[in-house]
Amino acid sequence: MGARAAPLADAATGARGTALDITDVTHVFGGAHGVQALDNVNLALQRGEFFSVIGPSGCGKSTLLDVAAGLIVPTSGRVRFEAEEVRGVVPPGIGIVFQEDASFPWLSVWDNVAFGLRREGHDPAEIRRRVEYALTFMGLAEFRRHHPAQLSGGMRQRVCIARTLVLQPRLILLDEPFGALDQQTRLLMGEELLRLWRETGATVMLITHSLDEAAMLADRVGIMSARPGRFIATLTTGWARERDSGIVADRRFGELTATLWRHLRTESMRSLRGDKA
Amino acid sequence: MTRVGIIRLILVSAFVAVVELACRTGIIDPFTMIAPSAMAASLAGLIEDGKLGADLAFTLTNMAASIALAVVAGFVSGAVIHALPRLRRVVDPLLAAYYAVPTFVFYPLLVVILGLNRLPLIVIGAMFGTVGMAVNTIDGIDRIPRVLIKTASAYRMDPIRAVLLIKLPAATPHLFTGVKLAVTYSMIGVVAGEFILSMAGLGRSIAFAYNDLDNTTMYGLLLLLLSITTAVNVLLNYAEQRVYRRWGCA
Repeated sequence: MGARAAPLADAATGARGTALDITDVTHVFGGAHGVQALDNVNLALQRGEFFSVIGPSGCGKSTLLDVAAGLIVPTSGRVRFEAEEVRGVVPPGIGIVFQEDASFPWLSVWDNVAFGLRREGHDPAEIRRRVEYALTFMGLAEFRRHHPAQLSGGMRQRVCIARTLVLQPRLILLDEPFGALDQQTRLLMGEELLRLWRETGATVMLITHSLDEAAMLADRVGIMSARPGRFIATLTTGWARERDSGIVADRRFGELTATLWRHLRTESMRSLRGDKA
Repeated sequence: MTRVGIIRLILVSAFVAVVELACRTGIIDPFTMIAPSAMAASLAGLIEDGKLGADLAFTLTNMAASIALAVVAGFVSGAVIHALPRLRRVVDPLLAAYYAVPTFVFYPLLVVILGLNRLPLIVIGAMFGTVGMAVNTIDGIDRIPRVLIKTASAYRMDPIRAVLLIKLPAATPHLFTGVKLAVTYSMIGVVAGEFILSMAGLGRSIAFAYNDLDNTTMYGLLLLLLSITTAVNVLLNYAEQRVYRRWGCA
């Protein structure tokens, strides 16, 4: 068990093209007189891109992720994943990691990670190969027989990431996955996420409220307005693909987070006051 | 054994000793109650005679069928009611008031419909247990973290698979309360049904012994019933504690 298993997929090929295309998406919860969460959102993610979304609390970031995943049908507008329309069903090829602990407490770590593969009917040898690789990759190999209740919050979140990773998604949607973790663990988990992204070549959309996280991890950062959310700016970070948490010491990192905050400050104040966009 | 367990055992033993003493010294009339040691001796004699076998098998089979029916029907109806909010609004007050209904009034009707065999006993036992299970299923599904429901959607599960693969296991700690209620009520229903009108069973034997003023047999059989229900509850508690430990709720 100690041997490192074969990787899940070839590293990024650099193939481009649009992975996710969100066009004129508006979403209102609760009908015509309900709460408008999204307002005419447009976004196109290139294949293999790492995109972060930041915005004030309650601006509709998680709604955007749910719409992108197909968990919610938008009130209007269109979502396409690899040119196929997404409407109310999560398409194969999309993996989601939620903010809350979504590990299954009734299953061991190994069975949690193998859950999706078994559902998809893969043969046992392939399941074993992928699960062992994912567990090793996420540093969970020695905990394979544990149950989630025996793990820390960070380790449980890694179980959820591993469970998504084994399905080899081409688009990974992460909804504040490190929100409940302390700062040091977040930085390390961010590094693991970068490693995962580089190794799988997947497209990543990360919802976060941490400016540092967004600036460190992403190729591009989309900044959303106060509710109803829409993109008010998109910044390109310009980081090399090979990067780690060491870039927080880079002068450009400080400039980048300062720019993000400059864009976000007004929106956050409006959100606090409850102003409408 | 834990300290609490030891204290519990001491309390029960002390109670049995007090009753034994009260019976042996005549404080409790032997026509009212026999000493616990006499109950145990009576039960041992009944088992030795081998006359209990058929009645015991009849009652245990009825109990098992009734419990299985109550748990399955309760879980399915609870899951369906939970999935249909309008239906839930309609039946919620009815479920709350269910145990105010004297279910036993339907027993003669069930005998007429299903015949004087084991079926009315199984149905009346299940009727006792189903609603407790249904109410706790609804409550259990209510308590499932929303993120697990979203996870089921992320895996593109249809509603039935979502229930079987996510909702049922996720609600298990809460379902135990329903199972325990279903077991208890179903056992009461079966024995009480046998007591009133049956061709066989421990309930009928107890009723016969009661009418014949045969306290020795009656208390021996009651001790047997008490032992069965205690054993089932101990097993359920053991299983519940295991699940709770695994879930991290203990």
